[in-house]
Amino acid sequence: MNLRPDPTFYPSPKDAIEAPAETYAFTLMFSPDASQPDGLAVVNVDPSSAQYGKVVHQVIMPNKGDEFHHFGWNACSSSLSPLSGHAFLERRYLIIPGIRSSRIYIIDVKDPLNAKIHKTIEPEEVFAKTGYSRPHTIHCGPEGIYVSTLGGAGADGTDGPPGIFILDCETFEILGRYEMDRGVQDKHYDFWWNLPRDYMVSSEWGLPPQFENGLVPEDLLSNKYGHSIHFWDLRDRKNVQTIDLGENHQMALEIRPAHDPAKKHGFCGVVVDTTNLEGAIFTWWQKDDGTFEAKKTITIPPQPAEADDLPEMLKGFGAVPALVTDIDLSMDDKYLYVACWGQGEMHQYDVSDPMNPVLAGKVEIGGIVKQTAHPNGKAFGYGPQMVEISRDGKRVYWTNSLYSAWDDQFYPGDRGAAMVMAKAENGGFELDPDFWVEFPDGYRSHQIRLEGGDCSTDSFCYPSV
Amino acid sequence: MNTAAGLWLAVFASGLYHGLNPGMGWPLAVSAALFEQRQSALWRALAALGVGHLLAMIGILLPFGAMYLLVDYQREIRLAAGAVVIAMGAYLVINRRHPRFLSRVKPSRLALWSFLVATAHGAGLMLVPIYLGLCRVEELDAGHQAAYELMSRNILIALLVALLHTVAMIGSGGAVAWAVHRYLGLRFLKQGWFNLDLVWAFSLILVGVVGIWAAL
Repeated sequence: MNLRPDPTFYPSPKDAIEAPAETYAFTLMFSPDASQPDGLAVVNVDPSSAQYGKVVHQVIMPNKGDEFHHFGWNACSSSLSPLSGHAFLERRYLIIPGIRSSRIYIIDVKDPLNAKIHKTIEPEEVFAKTGYSRPHTIHCGPEGIYVSTLGGAGADGTDGPPGIFILDCETFEILGRYEMDRGVQDKHYDFWWNLPRDYMVSSEWGLPPQFENGLVPEDLLSNKYGHSIHFWDLRDRKNVQTIDLGENHQMALEIRPAHDPAKKHGFCGVVVDTTNLEGAIFTWWQKDDGTFEAKKTITIPPQPAEADDLPEMLKGFGAVPALVTDIDLSMDDKYLYVACWGQGEMHQYDVSDPMNPVLAGKVEIGGIVKQTAHPNGKAFGYGPQMVEISRDGKRVYWTNSLYSAWDDQFYPGDRGAAMVMAKAENGGFELDPDFWVEFPDGYRSHQIRLEGGDCSTDSFCYPSV
Repeated sequence: MNTAAGLWLAVFASGLYHGLNPGMGWPLAVSAALFEQRQSALWRALAALGVGHLLAMIGILLPFGAMYLLVDYQREIRLAAGAVVIAMGAYLVINRRHPRFLSRVKPSRLALWSFLVATAHGAGLMLVPIYLGLCRVEELDAGHQAAYELMSRNILIALLVALLHTVAMIGSGGAVAWAVHRYLGLRFLKQGWFNLDLVWAFSLILVGVVGIWAAL
């Protein structure tokens, strides 16, 4: 407990933008064949340091086969509302779930160079106390730490729907399920909210048999992956509206609400439209009567390709889809970054008018067909994937792996971990030729968290005015 | 200064203290004003917080006022009240956890939240020994009275205590909220928010001890 609020809690997004720049990044690495334990890499991102761009510490877990994916903080700027009652928590622990093992690690990163395991929640406890499995997205909020899951009970995670459960924000005990009325929600992926407006939005990927052993083409072509987003009364824990984006919009993944709580809109990325192989972004918003609406505002067309250049799964299509696998919104709500993992492009859209996004910049790196090298000449395996933006919006970091079984379908062979950074100053953005992180052999890299919070961790209770 | 004046001053001072504590809600008034981009929203939110706080005070004081009519047991009641306040303080020292049901209250229901947060943290209890002291002072001044008169007098004192306390609370909390909204900016939230959990708990213990000491 602190005597004053943690200096990395920011009342408004504006305060977060003006805070000092990050000096460390935390990047998840996982062993795709489970031959070694997964780990957390601490990366020095302080340009004035001799260690810049290097992995300066690793926390290697004691188990194998966790498959690290997404993670989050025990506490963030949301603590600064008296409504939370937790103004004096420390932003100190990273909550890292294994989506394959359902094990959860609590890592103490108070001193990043000596980061260590603080607590482990074993899978059996998750199953017994929640009836859920395969924990995924982490957000700290009013009732504690919210953890979304991708699976229900049972060996293959299909016994009952997946959902969200809550962890105590001080003891990290599992408190139980979040939902009181889930309505039609039967799949899960990401979620986020607007705390003062008291709503939450959640999305859908697919059930465990649809992803754990690789993408199931028959399920995709018959539109059986998730294609709805759900709106919840956050504190009533009730699904109040479900919007079906259309069954052809397969895999509605990341939910990115505007950071400024005075705004009432956000975005959701759709991996692929099965009618035309387009990637898509939907803008959703709350209307004055409190109900929600969503509209497709960005489409990214497939790029023609020779069958010889395509993996087995795509040969018949003669084109490579964008595969929008991650999106991230800058702290000032001005730029939306869209990872086109299949095509090897990172797009930057100006979303100042959220209903009319404009493509403002583009970086090409990796890709199924293009396989663009980094400006430093090194090969970038896979495509741009998990993307994280610095609080001030000037540095955009990303890694390259999607999910072990899916990597192998779209990019056969092992292509290594990568983490790069692009500078976004004075409009547009371009890769920094000097920033290139080398990871230990045999690992792939996934989500990145930045010291002191970033654009996909912190929720705010005060407008930026 | 006589005893009555000292006690009324304590009522007022405790109001200032509660109001300045961000945990009692003034940052929510700033947030409301920023959301609506209107100063009037700040006063509306403060009014809601004040109503909730006032009701929490009245809800605690009135039962003690009614009990105090048992003239033969006044001393015991004051001792018991002191013990209850000390126990609440001790509980808050030992259990530093914030009650989780408070985070289920909707942000739009500020009066309800204010009522619950004041009750959960024993804000009303802090006033009980002071209030009972006032009842006693007034009684000594007035001499023997009929039960009906005693009751209406105790109720009146309870309402006055709750009102004065809440006015002071809204005055101090409102002044900070207004200054933050108008001049200081949101950063003051981080600079001016101190962890008062322990201070608060010990304040309860202190008030309880003084109440018992006065009753002995």
